[in-house]
Amino acid sequence: MISQIFSLAFLAQTIRITVPYSLASLGGVYSERGGVVNIALEGIILNGAFCATVGTYYTGSPWFGLLCGIAGGLLVAAIHAAISIHVKADQIISGIALNLFAVGITKFVLEILFQSSSNSPRIAGLPYIKLGFIKDQPDVAHLLGNPLVLLTVLIVVASHFIIFKTRFGLRLRSVGENPEAADTVGINVTSYRYYGVLISGVLAGLAGAWLAFDQHSFTDGMSAGRGYIALAAMIVGKWNPLGAAAACLLFGFAESLQIQLQGGTLPTQFIQMIPYLATIVVLAGFIGKSVAPGADGIPYEKEK
Amino acid sequence: MKKFISAFLSILVLTGSTLLFESCGKSQPSAPPNSEVGLVFDVGGRGDKSFNDQAYRGLMMAKDSLGIKYQYIEPGGGSDRESALRQLANQKSIGLIFGVGFIFTDDINQVARAFPDKKFACIDYTYDSTKAVPKNVIPIEFRENEGSFLVGAIAGMMTKTNMVGFIGGMESPLIRKFQVGYQAGVKYVNPKCKVLVAYAGVTGDAFKNPAKGKELALAQYSQGADIIFHAAGVTGLGVFDAAREMKKYAIGVDMDQWNEAPGYVLTSMVKKGDVAVYDIIKEWKEGKFDGGRPRVFGLKDNGVDFVYDKENKPLIPEKVYKKVEQLREDIIERKINVPND
Repeated sequence: MISQIFSLAFLAQTIRITVPYSLASLGGVYSERGGVVNIALEGIILNGAFCATVGTYYTGSPWFGLLCGIAGGLLVAAIHAAISIHVKADQIISGIALNLFAVGITKFVLEILFQSSSNSPRIAGLPYIKLGFIKDQPDVAHLLGNPLVLLTVLIVVASHFIIFKTRFGLRLRSVGENPEAADTVGINVTSYRYYGVLISGVLAGLAGAWLAFDQHSFTDGMSAGRGYIALAAMIVGKWNPLGAAAACLLFGFAESLQIQLQGGTLPTQFIQMIPYLATIVVLAGFIGKSVAPGADGIPYEKEK
Repeated sequence: MKKFISAFLSILVLTGSTLLFESCGKSQPSAPPNSEVGLVFDVGGRGDKSFNDQAYRGLMMAKDSLGIKYQYIEPGGGSDRESALRQLANQKSIGLIFGVGFIFTDDINQVARAFPDKKFACIDYTYDSTKAVPKNVIPIEFRENEGSFLVGAIAGMMTKTNMVGFIGGMESPLIRKFQVGYQAGVKYVNPKCKVLVAYAGVTGDAFKNPAKGKELALAQYSQGADIIFHAAGVTGLGVFDAAREMKKYAIGVDMDQWNEAPGYVLTSMVKKGDVAVYDIIKEWKEGKFDGGRPRVFGLKDNGVDFVYDKENKPLIPEKVYKKVEQLREDIIERKINVPND
């Protein structure tokens, strides 16, 4: 059992599960640092996966599909931004509405395009960089050579830099923390909030594209709650890119453990609980106080 | 503006949730009473390339050769099943209603009691001899354990690592029948062979999670298994993807799943849901509907089988095929008793 856990295959599996969580979770960080709660992550992932699949299927190019996935995520995020920022509606309700809408609309268009409301035909995956030194474990080689894995690591590190070390990051945080103060010094609160939500659309759309390429098809509801787990990871990581990514890694590890331990002596039902148990233990025991940005979820009303 | 937005949001929610529950009507409003067939799909939905598609094929056969009109519903969430059955039963034109999947067992009993003049059939009904089945319900059972025994024997003879795998969808008595039969088949021909067993989950959603299926399969392949049999609906599509990636074998279920990963699908354990659906529609149309007791389709009735055709023939040695055919005879003649639990 121990040798199973410390194997390359296990590591690869953990990373595969972690990548979409991290991307979506980082999206959440950008959105909420700017003051907009983004429950719509789930729907953004789903729509991203759907658009990536359709784009790849009709053009045969996974790179074009990747762009479509990003565009699909961006579209849902833009609607969420318009509803939450422009017309100042309740952000939770907008998010839930968009999640439900994404489930319905993807099934509906799937049925129109492929005559099945549950599956798309097979699509090509992203080409991977061939690594000569891993020969006997194709799954590990595919993963390490996957351009999106590298991209995700870069995005995590870059996000930390962007949010905490750049002028853009400072302004984004200020409109999420105290929009009145930001407004007084001449920062355009509306634009910065839009940027935050739109970036979350790009990242969560990318997470969706990853799912579609990993599975080589679209299945209805394939986001399977990943958006919510990403939000949880964001909170556990204290709205901090590195922290969120670390929390995602932890969730990925727990899920992978749950997969590897099957078929042993423990009953399935117990093993299925592991990821949830891990979440509760981490949340209750180790994180300490996790404080949301001051104006998170509150629409900004400019004083007249 | 606020009003406009709340109206917009409600429309989003409404369309979202109605799209979740789409019904596909193919009938004329003036069709004569009790002349049409209704069918409610299982979790995976139509297009699962497995169980549901098999039932759909039976419906198509009935349409083509019996001229039957039909309507079907693909429920979106778990709780929609009963209301979907009721929705169909409420229509005058529909006389016979199928529920596809064991998850329908309780729902169909309830709805059948509420609509005594309509007929019902449930594929994979969980039959319990201590509970009465309504007279207007035909429970359809398959001996999946027998078919699984045969593909298990193929896996047991062909493994090079002496380790094979099984991946189930929702952990349940039905899927255990596949698992137990498969294990028995493997051990019958190769007692030293190890069988790894994994399930995707403990709810109906475990049948529609290909990402999980892929991870489970990759885990088993990297532990040394070289052939994996799945009984996991859409989740199983992930198993084929893993087989392609690892260049190992997978065994399909319900339908011939060769096309999911040509060259990597050793065989498929076929469950003839199409035959069952067609037969029952035919009998119903001829006025010979015989409900209240289970209808069993086993190896003997040609209700379960394994695939051996021009495509996978090159993968399976002649010797293995002959041995499996011998086992088939032995099971039919009851020289071998295949366990089911």
